[in-house]
Amino acid sequence: MNTKIADQDLGASLAEQVGVAAAERRPLAITAGNSKAFMGHPVDADTLDISGHSGVISYQPDELVVTVRAGTTVAELQQLLIEHNQHLPFDPPHYDGRATIGGTIGCNASGPSRPYLGAARDFVLGVTLINGLGQTCRFGGEVMKNVAGYDVSRLMAGAMGTLGVLLDISLKVLPKPGFEQTRILKMPDAASALQWLGQQSGALPLTAACYTNQALYLRLSGSKAGVSQAAQYSGGESSASDSFWEQLREQQLGFFNDPRPLWRLSVAAMTGTDTDIPGDILYDWGGAQRWFLSDASAADIRTWAGRHGGHASCLRNRPTDVSVHQSLAPGLQTLHRSLQQSFDPHHILNPGRLYPESEHKQP
Amino acid sequence: MSENSLTGSTIQAPAQLLAALRQLLPADAIVDQPEDLYPYECDGLSAYRALPMLVLLPDSVDQIKQIMRLCHQHQVPVIARGAGTGLSGGALPSPDAILLSLARLNSILAIDPLNRTARVQPGVRNLAISEAVSQYGLYYAPDPSSQIACTIGGNVAENSGGVHCLKYGLTVHNIQQLTLITAAGEELTIGGRGLDAPGYDLLALLTGSEGMLGIIVDITVKLLPKPEDIRVLLASFDSITACGASVSQIIAAGIIPAGLEMMDQLAIEAAEAFVHAGYPADAAALLLCELDGTTSELDQQVEQLHQLLMQAGATEVRIAKNSQERELFWKGRKAAFPAVGRLSPDYYCMDGTIPRHQLPAVLQGISDLSREYDLAVANVFHAGDGNLHPLILYDANNPGELERTEEMGGRILELCIEAGGTITGEHGVGIEKINQMCVQFNEHELTQFHAIKSAFDPHGLLNPGKAVPTLHRCAEFGAMHVHHGHTPHPELERF
Repeated sequence: MNTKIADQDLGASLAEQVGVAAAERRPLAITAGNSKAFMGHPVDADTLDISGHSGVISYQPDELVVTVRAGTTVAELQQLLIEHNQHLPFDPPHYDGRATIGGTIGCNASGPSRPYLGAARDFVLGVTLINGLGQTCRFGGEVMKNVAGYDVSRLMAGAMGTLGVLLDISLKVLPKPGFEQTRILKMPDAASALQWLGQQSGALPLTAACYTNQALYLRLSGSKAGVSQAAQYSGGESSASDSFWEQLREQQLGFFNDPRPLWRLSVAAMTGTDTDIPGDILYDWGGAQRWFLSDASAADIRTWAGRHGGHASCLRNRPTDVSVHQSLAPGLQTLHRSLQQSFDPHHILNPGRLYPESEHKQP
Repeated sequence: MSENSLTGSTIQAPAQLLAALRQLLPADAIVDQPEDLYPYECDGLSAYRALPMLVLLPDSVDQIKQIMRLCHQHQVPVIARGAGTGLSGGALPSPDAILLSLARLNSILAIDPLNRTARVQPGVRNLAISEAVSQYGLYYAPDPSSQIACTIGGNVAENSGGVHCLKYGLTVHNIQQLTLITAAGEELTIGGRGLDAPGYDLLALLTGSEGMLGIIVDITVKLLPKPEDIRVLLASFDSITACGASVSQIIAAGIIPAGLEMMDQLAIEAAEAFVHAGYPADAAALLLCELDGTTSELDQQVEQLHQLLMQAGATEVRIAKNSQERELFWKGRKAAFPAVGRLSPDYYCMDGTIPRHQLPAVLQGISDLSREYDLAVANVFHAGDGNLHPLILYDANNPGELERTEEMGGRILELCIEAGGTITGEHGVGIEKINQMCVQFNEHELTQFHAIKSAFDPHGLLNPGKAVPTLHRCAEFGAMHVHHGHTPHPELERF
């Protein structure tokens, strides 16, 4: 193991800080690398800084499990895993090396491989967290199969710190595929690309599929023989470089450099491409995640997503009167509030981060 | 145990509730005669039995909503039941609760081959999904060994696994949307048609929640394309340690098999005597390894795996030549439980999961316990994901033997916790492992579980007394707790 990750356990001190804040009913803004601030609403509160709580607690490559402290950066962890020919299959963004594992799980941040290999939440095996009373609790564990108690660890994925401060996280890791190849298939429009994927992709060892600029990008992964066979089947041209996927993951493709609001549409992959809402779309996740640059009204965009059984989040250049995430149905909203209260009765953990406070008030 | 033994008497349903239910449901959907209640007295954990207050067999979501509203109004508890194949007593009835059977909601509502999803009702059998979508070249991956009979609703409630978990995950990884009826009778959509949903991941929280948080009435499952090719290898070892070590070597070589199963000598002997799969009956351990993928990829992997297994000390490696032989290799493993059942009047199946490298130590511990309690144990192991199923052989007709078996089972689970594992990998806590929850979780954690339960079901009407022990129960269990083979007061005589 060559990679050295600073090892520091701040668990006790962080729990004490949360305990004191709970006693004083004083809200806390949980932060580490601050790379994903745009994925939720700002929290006006004292900062609880997790970044110093970092390091690898255990890693046994042949168990396919790594347990790390939340402040460990994604870049450091991936580097360590690569030394053992393994990786985090959900391929989370690094955001200039600032993204931490805690934030990645808190935001359920997953890269282009998500539809084929799984989301961040799918690889969570266990967590140690501090609840809103300052109590340190451990849920799940370091094994693949574990159904003792409710699945609190996966519930933390995407909760944006509003249910607990993540301290330590156990993740399933997998061997890195031996070979990867990017194929580029010219396609006249998105509808043809989605149709092609719907009909052909089952036969391919796909780990990413994206349509943009009249081209369908495919990433094939596996053994050398398997990838060459698949490349023959898929057709198209081989790409000279693999940097496309990294730029897509990091939102660094030219597409993202635009002053219009950036929406993330999460819908069924084969949802139609016809929409009369003006804007430009990049299709990631084989069509299941669509990046949409548009000045159209939030209501129009969210109605369209909702009609297709999905939802829309406004992540960049967000107008001030638009909330980041799509509102929940009233029954679900009530349940969310009760659940949040069960972890954080004094409502001090990242209040307003997931949904603005105005949506949190009791009706 | 004895407190949970069959009681012939049940509590009468409140007259008003019964009258309202008779208005709502046809006569054949209400079972209330004692002789008709007996088929429902237990699930797959037949050592625990009780009669329900009554059994309801609704056939629509609307009826279920009305039932839940009525029960909520009358504060009568409800226990959901699918096919009743669960092994932890999660669907064990209670004399003061209504048993809600979801068996009649058994339609496949829609198949979407392009998005690779199917929308099904909870009473659809697990295998029926794969059969229905096979024409599109698709299948539903989680395959618990009871897949012929168990229903998808029960699979969601237990977060069921199967033999392909290492590569394809558990139920939680293979579902996309649920319709939930709350304890108060409200309908909620959880998840969505896309790959994620706004807000908290309630899909994850509900999967494996053992009927404690709501009634699941509609499930959208993800489907996978059937692999182009499948190969199965069978390796024999003269030591169980070498067999266990070979598993780590396979993973370390970067191979993720679709299935990786291990059996010990007693399990091999039993399976061979039962189904004549051609297993080497003198082997100390056997490893069954399934690979799937494209033909060209597999040709290479099989070769690599063959060499690796020989280097790991396998005494023999066989490669199935065709699908018949492949099925034969699997037949012994799949028949392992009933095969062991032939060796003994009764057997008790445990379900701990451990980090794989702890296998030799845990097996040694089980073997020591086997001698201490004078009860034979056959071991079947989902080696890829660390899920161990020791089968304790006993005879319930021998007075006290079931109690001894349960005590030994409890100590096996505690071994799993000590090894850094868990008390249940895929069968659930139910009523069976509720005491061991006190060992795995501390007071704050158990309190958090109860708080989650209250957020969904503030009156505690859903499956009361299962899955999460009260702190009071843990205090009593702790006082009685035998730890490391020592009772709190070893000087006292116990009978």
